[in-house]
Amino acid sequence: MTDSKYFTTTKKGEIFELKAELNSDKKEKKKEAVKKVIASMTVGKDVSALFPDVVNCMQTDNLELKKLVYLYLMNYAKSQPDMAIMAVNTFVKDCEDPNPLIRALAVRTMGCIRVDKITEYLCEPLRKCLKDEDPYVRKTAAVCVAKLHDINAQLVEDQGFLDTLKDLISDSNPMVVANAVAALSEIAESHPNSNLLDLNPQTINKLLTALNECTEWGQIFILDCLANYTPRDDRESQSICERVTPRLSHANSAVVLSAVKVLMKFMEMLPKDLDYYGTLLKKLAPPLVTLLSAEPELQYVALRNINLIVQRRPEILKHEMKVFFVKYNDPIYVKLEKLDIMIRLASQANIAQVLAELKEYATEVDVDFVRKAVRAIGRCAIKVEQSAERCVSTLLDLIQTKVNYVVQEAIVVIKDIFRKYPNKYESVIATLCENLDSLDEPEARAAMIWIVGEYAERIDNADELLESFLEGFHDESTQVQLQLLTAIVKLFLKKPTETQELVQQVLSLATQDSDNPDLRDRGYIYWRLLSTDPVAAKEVVLAEKPLISEETDLIEPTLLEELICHIGTLASVYHKPPSAFVEGSRGVQHKRLPGSAGSGESVESPDTGSAAGVSDAPPAVIPSQGDLLGDLLNLDLTPPATTGPPPPATSGMQLGAMDLLGGGLDSLMGDESEPLGGDLGGSSAMGAGFGAPPAAPAASFSAPVSGGLDDLFDLGGGVGMPMGAYSPPKTVWLPAMKGKGLEISGTFARRAGVIQMEMTLTNKAMSVMTDFAIQFNRNSFGLAPAGPLQVLTPLSPNQSIEVTLPLNTVGPVMKMDPLNNLQVAVKNNIDVFYFSCQYPISMLFVEDGKMERQVFLATWKDISNDNEAQFQIKDCHLSSDAVSNKLQGSNIFTIAKRTVDGQDMLYQSTKLSNGIWVLAELRVQTGNPTFTVCLKCRAPEVSQCVFQSYDAVLKN
Amino acid sequence: MINSLFLISHSGDIFLEKHWKSVISRSVCDYFLEAKEKAGDPENVAPVLQTPHHYLISIYRGKLFFLSVTQTEVPPLFVIEFLHRVADTFQDYFGDCSEVLIKENTVTVYELLEEMLDNGFPLATESNVLKEMIRPPTILRSVVNTLTGGSNVGGTLPTGQLSNVPWRRAGVKYTNNEAYFDVIEEIDAILDKSGTTVFAEIQGVIEACVKLTGMPDLTLSFMNPRLLDDVSFHPCVRFKRWESEHVLSFIPPDGNFRLMSYHVSSQNLVAIPVYVKQNISFLETGSCGRLDITIGPKQTMGKTVESLMVTIPMPKSVLSVNLTATQGTYTFDLTTKVVLWDVGKLNPQKLPNLRGSISIQTGAPKPEENPSINIDMKLQQLAISGLKVSRLDMYGEKYKPFKGVKYVTKAGKFQVRT
Repeated sequence: MTDSKYFTTTKKGEIFELKAELNSDKKEKKKEAVKKVIASMTVGKDVSALFPDVVNCMQTDNLELKKLVYLYLMNYAKSQPDMAIMAVNTFVKDCEDPNPLIRALAVRTMGCIRVDKITEYLCEPLRKCLKDEDPYVRKTAAVCVAKLHDINAQLVEDQGFLDTLKDLISDSNPMVVANAVAALSEIAESHPNSNLLDLNPQTINKLLTALNECTEWGQIFILDCLANYTPRDDRESQSICERVTPRLSHANSAVVLSAVKVLMKFMEMLPKDLDYYGTLLKKLAPPLVTLLSAEPELQYVALRNINLIVQRRPEILKHEMKVFFVKYNDPIYVKLEKLDIMIRLASQANIAQVLAELKEYATEVDVDFVRKAVRAIGRCAIKVEQSAERCVSTLLDLIQTKVNYVVQEAIVVIKDIFRKYPNKYESVIATLCENLDSLDEPEARAAMIWIVGEYAERIDNADELLESFLEGFHDESTQVQLQLLTAIVKLFLKKPTETQELVQQVLSLATQDSDNPDLRDRGYIYWRLLSTDPVAAKEVVLAEKPLISEETDLIEPTLLEELICHIGTLASVYHKPPSAFVEGSRGVQHKRLPGSAGSGESVESPDTGSAAGVSDAPPAVIPSQGDLLGDLLNLDLTPPATTGPPPPATSGMQLGAMDLLGGGLDSLMGDESEPLGGDLGGSSAMGAGFGAPPAAPAASFSAPVSGGLDDLFDLGGGVGMPMGAYSPPKTVWLPAMKGKGLEISGTFARRAGVIQMEMTLTNKAMSVMTDFAIQFNRNSFGLAPAGPLQVLTPLSPNQSIEVTLPLNTVGPVMKMDPLNNLQVAVKNNIDVFYFSCQYPISMLFVEDGKMERQVFLATWKDISNDNEAQFQIKDCHLSSDAVSNKLQGSNIFTIAKRTVDGQDMLYQSTKLSNGIWVLAELRVQTGNPTFTVCLKCRAPEVSQCVFQSYDAVLKN
Repeated sequence: MINSLFLISHSGDIFLEKHWKSVISRSVCDYFLEAKEKAGDPENVAPVLQTPHHYLISIYRGKLFFLSVTQTEVPPLFVIEFLHRVADTFQDYFGDCSEVLIKENTVTVYELLEEMLDNGFPLATESNVLKEMIRPPTILRSVVNTLTGGSNVGGTLPTGQLSNVPWRRAGVKYTNNEAYFDVIEEIDAILDKSGTTVFAEIQGVIEACVKLTGMPDLTLSFMNPRLLDDVSFHPCVRFKRWESEHVLSFIPPDGNFRLMSYHVSSQNLVAIPVYVKQNISFLETGSCGRLDITIGPKQTMGKTVESLMVTIPMPKSVLSVNLTATQGTYTFDLTTKVVLWDVGKLNPQKLPNLRGSISIQTGAPKPEENPSINIDMKLQQLAISGLKVSRLDMYGEKYKPFKGVKYVTKAGKFQVRT
């Protein structure tokens, strides 16, 4: 025997020793051994080899030993499913132990063993425990049903556990009720329409009784469940409210907020003249204020909810303005929320206080916060008319500080004030003009230019000012360029004699020297307007603008109603309906507030899609996009010469230009537009295009600048992509905010068998960028740059450059989540920036991905059904042949086609760059826009990504 | 409900994870780390984050992030409250909630987490119940455990869980029966340049330490309960009695607990114990400035202001300060640029003053922001709202307990703008 044995096998020796001790006859020794095993387990040593020996110790009267063995089981059962069956007997026995605590412990542990094979054996003991005489056991068993449901839903339904669980709602013990409600709520989430929690006045009464006596967590479950109930009449509503109000004084803030939800919802049904209604309103304020003295994280959630409450019922907190005053050491996320609510509560009565505060904030350190504070002053001016004057003078004071970002922000909001109160404050224009030179942000420059153009007749040297901007026209951002174009046209229409040269200069800059389609098209439209009918041009360009309304950032009423029903949930934090973001929310039911007194019928709308589209409008004073779009649509339908309200604000203008063009196209084409539309999607694609960010095409332009008409045709041609591998449109990967001025947008494409990363680098900073380099993090398919990033010339400010980077798949591999995630680092002379993007997996489909028929059949049979995934592709109006062709372009090959009962079955294969084969069966039924695709693959985790590619390819 | 918990150090190191349902990969934390990177200051990380498949809800306590992962819609406050409860429990068990202590006590930590949640539902969060099942580590026991390889799992089961007063353990016995109540009030205030109150309110709590044998039933009554219109109670307090008689009636948990917290809002007049006369100015040129601060008593209700401390976070461009304090000592932290003036007791006859010059980096522009002054102080034997306990009665047990009430007023977030 050599010494080395002691060195290499110490670990084995330890396990061996423990094994001997575990099998010892002496009880004490056994217990000590199990303790040692647990200690090793908790520090991460693998002691799974001792499974049978430990399980043998389970049959003991010693409670401590039993608990330890259970701990061990929970940890290792998953990895040793066959052995775990050995433990079943003991569980069954323990579930009949005279000690209720042991019964409960057994049933709790049972549920934590997530092994399919075992679950069946556990049904009988669980059924017994659900009917146990001891409430502690019943309560534990209730949760166990939820656990079991998570492992095997069908089993739980078949065994009738759901009904037993429903019966437990009427249990005499409050904790059992609370846990049953919690378990049912969790199960209900995966069965949205099962009506598991069938609430009626009797169950409500039970819940309310239990509410008073159960733990704080139980109270939250019960209150959340109560909130789903719709009372029959205002009396029932009032009695529920009365019994819920005491929860407002609970120390746990989650209980308080859930109670607020119930009250806010049921209050809708109370008649407003009722005394109790007033009392209730008063009772709601103090608990909400108290939430603001809690930890910052709690404050944040509370503030997001208060934001909703204030919009729905401003009267509750109207006297509590001061609690929202910002403390300098509040975290930034709390500060910004408080500011938002201050604006909402601002009224004539408290505006002086609010303004004084806002002015104070405008001198703080945090730039984001200062900006928002300055903006808030502008919003006050627009909201409270009486205060407008004071707001403007406050803003002027701030402009005097000459702090760069304060000045710029102030100018942006003053523009909005001008629009709200025309012909009132124009006297300040002179002061604004003094600061022209310090403006370096596009938004502020655009605002200033708008002001100059709009009030050109009052500014003596308007032409000089605008001319000074014109010098660096090509370095400006699109927003500024568009605004400058419009402003100069306005100026020309107001002072035609002196500015003819200027307007020609800008029109030629916009139409001939620019490769931005928005700008060119707007230029052409002005040009045509001015040359054909200057009077009409005047009517269009200088038309009366609609006033901006005071609270454009309010949440849309139906959405607000829904969100009020979701107070205290994630939806209320995001201000989005749950259907818009909760994963797997198939058919999440939309909740709505009950009608007011008397009309107490149930109000569940079945639609899921409609509200999902309503995202929260970004808080800004500019008129909401919706209105603008409406206006533009009007314009679109009529020839451009007749007047419609011209697009007023900057953001609108970009869309406007695009859309005007659509209209022009239609009228120019006449009947011809149909063939041109053809497979390119033609005019309809254009129509759809204007919903998308306007920076879409640009890449494939090589526009000959001969005349407007040619150009328009050219645009039509340019939009079409050559038939081939699908490549998604470019998206912004690295916003300029994060990239210290460097903006990167890009996409992936596969061209001639080479994967390419196509990027547009835009320099939005003030300095020149050089020394670009790129690196990828390890990723799922080993994507790596095949060469260095080729940016040969330095990138000067406001310049963009297109770069194509060929990629290979021989890099290091690491599985990412999601699978097609790619983390990229880009370096330049300023800093290193990190971002992540997702590539369509279709980039990795190789050209030799066509399988032999026989091989396909064999492989299809060979892959087990567990690896099969089924997806649906909706709204796809292609014939099966078109589908084949389209997919072939992206290297998804159709091997065979079979027609059964009018349904075309396409059998397809694809090979990924790392050799993984994906087999597919695509079912296409003529006349049905929904396709079903079945994917089989030995690596099932790619299925989701492959499906996404199918979806993307077919829809583009 | 809550799927998983990750503990992350403030430098971004994930050092502990616990899953109550299926295991969720650590990589989910990348989204959080990215947000943390973006926020800069760890305090500024938004507490609720959305990722493609999960929601991340986090709190920041003791330089640690407690990050929980959920997969479904769940009330975020519920999760945040629970996370704070976890942190409280660690603090209770290990004396402090820090990375080192958590790492030292990994085994206990896992056992605690196992007992606190079942399938994502809170199970036992009361410290009384937990301590019955898992004994807190002591030096002696940890030595014994390392020698024998033992664990801290108690041999008992939570008997308290079966009763209808789950917060109290059964069979409590003491030789000295005593009950102490501390009424602690904190003044949150913002004063403006001229010394007028912009905003002031009082956050009060009653902390109790009750060591009584058996099942005592206590009643605490106040001289002036009308002050309390915004209260939140420990679950043991009977709300009905409070509503009808304005007394606190309860069976107390054993040991330390927070009986009640209350809030006296800004609408009532809040007494401000001190005034601050200050002048901090920076010169347009010459890269320097002056500072002059005097503090005096205002409405102290005849008590002495103690442990007075003044904190001034200076603008980043400040290089150094040269000050003289008539009382106490001051320090200037070069990295955080914070002036800390420890005054001590406030003597009304001789008001403390701190004055001198500030020098700024040469070439740096005049700071745009005005530093705000933070005040810390303490007034013993006074609840500034005027709240007074009138009596404490005990029912249900025969012995005579020793009772005590203490008052103290502190400054909470007390800021003076300049």
